[in-house]
Amino acid sequence: MPRLIERCLPVLAGAGAIALGALIAAALLRTPENDGAMARAALEALPDSGVGNPVTAVLLNFRAFDTLLEVAVLLLTLVAVWALDLRLPRTEALPASPVFSSLLRISGPLLVVIAGYLLWVGASEPGGAFQAGAVLAGGCLLLRLAGRWNPGAGFVRWAASVGLLVFLLTAIAMPALTGGLLQYPHASAGMWILLIETAATVSIAAILTALFVAREPGETRP
Amino acid sequence: MTVTDFYALVGVALFVMGLSALILRKRDLQRILGLNIMGTGVFMVLVTSALGQGQPADPVPHAMVLTGIVVAVSATAFALALSLARERHK
Amino acid sequence: MIEWWVDGLLGVMMLWLAWQALSAADLLRAVAMFVTFGLLVAIAWIRLGAPDVAIAEAAIGAGLTGALLLITIRRMDDQRGSGTQEKPRAKAD
Repeated sequence: MPRLIERCLPVLAGAGAIALGALIAAALLRTPENDGAMARAALEALPDSGVGNPVTAVLLNFRAFDTLLEVAVLLLTLVAVWALDLRLPRTEALPASPVFSSLLRISGPLLVVIAGYLLWVGASEPGGAFQAGAVLAGGCLLLRLAGRWNPGAGFVRWAASVGLLVFLLTAIAMPALTGGLLQYPHASAGMWILLIETAATVSIAAILTALFVAREPGETRP
Repeated sequence: MTVTDFYALVGVALFVMGLSALILRKRDLQRILGLNIMGTGVFMVLVTSALGQGQPADPVPHAMVLTGIVVAVSATAFALALSLARERHK
Repeated sequence: MIEWWVDGLLGVMMLWLAWQALSAADLLRAVAMFVTFGLLVAIAWIRLGAPDVAIAEAAIGAGLTGALLLITIRRMDDQRGSGTQEKPRAKAD
């Protein structure tokens, strides 16, 4: 009897999956279409937000608290991975080869410049802190894999925390300036957003690279 | 069928495929892949909800999906580290 | 507006790649399929009018997640190599 169930399992699983998919799809196609009320509210408030890109405005102004929590989740994940104490071998550098070193020479600075551009242009065009942080993480990762960069524990910890720190300090400083938590003053909202985004970019790059490396910096056990 | 409906159905199919992989596959890595594809399916449904009839794109679901992608990669990193630790302690 | 020869092809390829990634016999092949899937998802985001999400998906979803998966496969192989002697290459079952 168990053999029979085991052989029927793929068929049963497939049938179950198709049934579940049909159920979800039916429910989904029944939901009313987006009437645009939320979009209109967001786009009408856009000129007051300090940036021109609606997604950046939503992320860093209208729903800035969610982004604050997201930066905190990233940092928390890093702490959790470090707490696992993986004891990975110290050297994971790639062997030196002409292909890799020329790749590094060309794409390393290019990635840094692209990250800076994405961060700056996120105010008006598609871009922003997360995209810039991810591209910068790619550049840092290339340098790490080449064995050319071994930041100490202090640097990594500060770089990972600066995003959350700046965001929190800004959030706490706002009530003194305007009276509301995370409510930017109207004239300088763009500047505050850029400040938070810059710190967040550095943090995201540091955290994503450190998540890849997974070995706590400054650990001396082999 | 509109673009919205088509990609929403693709999203549902991806979600169901990821869920099946999460339940049926045995190795940790395959389950983590399934989890990621589930997440991608959900994001697709969210983004298609941002499109209405002839209106400018709703930025709020885009922001939610952006946050979701970053949280998904950090969850994936932690899940992979957990599976490495599990292998080590076996 | 839907253009079947772009959107249909994109959707079918996404589903096929996801299927391949989830049912691959070899972990390395699964990750390769997953990274390609991520690239197609990024193109789908552009098709759906979400360029910010497309950039983030290409960099984070496809790039970083793929790198994390690959390095984990190698670390697992190294761990197995230095611990108990087992199969040299990660195989699915």
